[in-house]
Amino acid sequence: MSSLAIDAVDLSRRYGTRWALARVSLRLEAGQSLLLTGHNGSGKTTLLRVLAGAVPASTGRASIFGLDLGSQRAAVREQVGLLTHSSYLYEDLSASENLLIPARLLGVVDPAARVRELLGQVGLEGRAKDAVRQFSAGMRKRLSIARMLLKEPALALFDEPFGELDPGGIQQMEVLIRQLQGRGSTVVLATHLIEQGQSLCTRRLHLSGGRTAAA
Amino acid sequence: MSARVRPGLLRSALVVLRKDLLIEWRSRARINALVFFALSTLLLFSFALGPDTRLLGRSAGGYLWLAIMFSSVLALGESFRVESENAALDGLRLLPVDARAIFLGKATGNAALLLLLSAVLVPVTLAVYDVRALEGLPRLAGVLALGCLAISAPGTVYAAIAAQSRARDVLLPLLLFPILIPALISCSKATTLVLHGDAMHELGSWTGLLIGFNVAYWSLGVLLFPSVIED
Amino acid sequence: MVKAIRYGLPVVGALMMASGSWLGLSWVPAERDMGDVARIMYVHVPAVWMMLLCSLLNFGASLWYLFKASWVADALAEAGAEISLVFGTIGVLLGSIWARPTWGVYWNWDPRLTSVTVMLVTYAGMMAARRFEEDPDRRARVSAVLGILAAASAVLVWFSVKWFNSLHQPQSSPSTTYPELVLTLRWNSFAFLFIAAWFVWERYDLALAARAGELAPPEPPPAPAQQGGAA
Repeated sequence: MSSLAIDAVDLSRRYGTRWALARVSLRLEAGQSLLLTGHNGSGKTTLLRVLAGAVPASTGRASIFGLDLGSQRAAVREQVGLLTHSSYLYEDLSASENLLIPARLLGVVDPAARVRELLGQVGLEGRAKDAVRQFSAGMRKRLSIARMLLKEPALALFDEPFGELDPGGIQQMEVLIRQLQGRGSTVVLATHLIEQGQSLCTRRLHLSGGRTAAA
Repeated sequence: MSARVRPGLLRSALVVLRKDLLIEWRSRARINALVFFALSTLLLFSFALGPDTRLLGRSAGGYLWLAIMFSSVLALGESFRVESENAALDGLRLLPVDARAIFLGKATGNAALLLLLSAVLVPVTLAVYDVRALEGLPRLAGVLALGCLAISAPGTVYAAIAAQSRARDVLLPLLLFPILIPALISCSKATTLVLHGDAMHELGSWTGLLIGFNVAYWSLGVLLFPSVIED
Repeated sequence: MVKAIRYGLPVVGALMMASGSWLGLSWVPAERDMGDVARIMYVHVPAVWMMLLCSLLNFGASLWYLFKASWVADALAEAGAEISLVFGTIGVLLGSIWARPTWGVYWNWDPRLTSVTVMLVTYAGMMAARRFEEDPDRRARVSAVLGILAAASAVLVWFSVKWFNSLHQPQSSPSTTYPELVLTLRWNSFAFLFIAAWFVWERYDLALAARAGELAPPEPPPAPAQQGGAA
């Protein structure tokens, strides 16, 4: 795999009349961490979704670890984990069931053990059998993180991960991000909490109106 | 990275199917409501027809399938509501899971739910409309199975489309009903033949048409579903 | 040159329509079995043919869009569906008028009539689905999927209803009917073709203009001379 986690040139994405993302270029080495800042509506979420292979770019090109985002989207998705405001959870299912499904779909060997391990890591082992419907916002966030960790993504994208977390939760999130970094994952962190962001990341990219701008 | 053995298309579809069945089991209160809706529809039709037992008997096949079709709109809508709630479908897509596997799993799950619904409706139909399965219950079961599969394939595609739209409640029946007309005709005819006897051996042609319908729409579903859920 | 064709189409079409009406109403002798009532066939049949032609256009454009997304394909699909709906409605209305004195009913369940009506309802559903989708890209993609399914539906409805007795005129090929009938029918068909082509052209233009209003320019704005950013 290429040593460049992200190699994006002129990445743009149009939604109707608006260019939500306009000619963003970015190079990020594997193992590095990037802080992504910008006001609401500046294109941070769009950029993350494009990099995750969730939506195609309208123009421009990018490669993730040497995999072309346009033609090798499925392979890109295998390498990338995306944590967003949406939890991707099923309300009627329990915490462990919500993790077992992606575990089986990813082909994890011994999914039950891995799920138990992850629930322990995010402090939800006591609530494994409870339906997600009963969970608080903070607990859902933790479960979403566990879901992302299931994949062991080489590139982890975080879209406002500290939202809805209390100070304890924020600390826990920082620990988990550092763990990911420790294992060699590349991280892109979009957040308004500049202090946390700067302590976790070495580089910074600021977006305004869908384009790169001075912070 | 820990060892991973990616499942193939059918295996992934099976995981999606199990998930859907599990969610349906967990939310069985909603399923109960669905069953009661279907039963009331069947009763309403019988009241609309009036007490003429011969008329009721002749119409039983048709009204059974109307009840199933109306209920299918609710069932299909619900199937995608749970996916839209927390963008769970997006989550599956991005794992990545092949969109075709998602279609196969969900469409099969929806067909299973509809079949369960029909199983509940049949005894009520036989009683209220005063008919018997002259050609045998196994044949009836076969027609029910083919019909539920036939509703589920295009239903799953349209439910996915409607779920993304503003007017999801009205769009699903609006899109689904016209396309189900051949299936509705075949199922009603076939069911009527099973209930009242198939003297001229026409059942084969109708089931043949139903099978053709299924082949066409399951193939189209597999081909087109990715375009619906992938941007 | 293009302008000449574009403005020529309605003019030629109107002239042919006028002369074709004279042909159909007075020149051609009354039909042997059906009498003067059958003269409506000279507008009913071409209307239905135009409906089928335009729905073929919609199917082709939908297929095109799914293989290679383009606004031209989407505009053609939209124009095809709408104009098909227009001519189909005209065809069904004219057919209904013809049916009353001929068969004694305004409506029956014959294969072609039923297929066309289902087609029209399907297209109306497609138009509704388009209206409820604001994002132009998703709208185009969903319409293309719906267009493919509508075409499959048309074929299946045709087959399912055909397997019964039909009241509709058995299809007569030109060689078994007299030359004046053939000429009049062909003349009117071309008249309708020119009018339909003009309608599609204008509608296609309208669709593209509407897209232009909804879409950002095809290229994103150039990057500023001084790049801020990655520190």
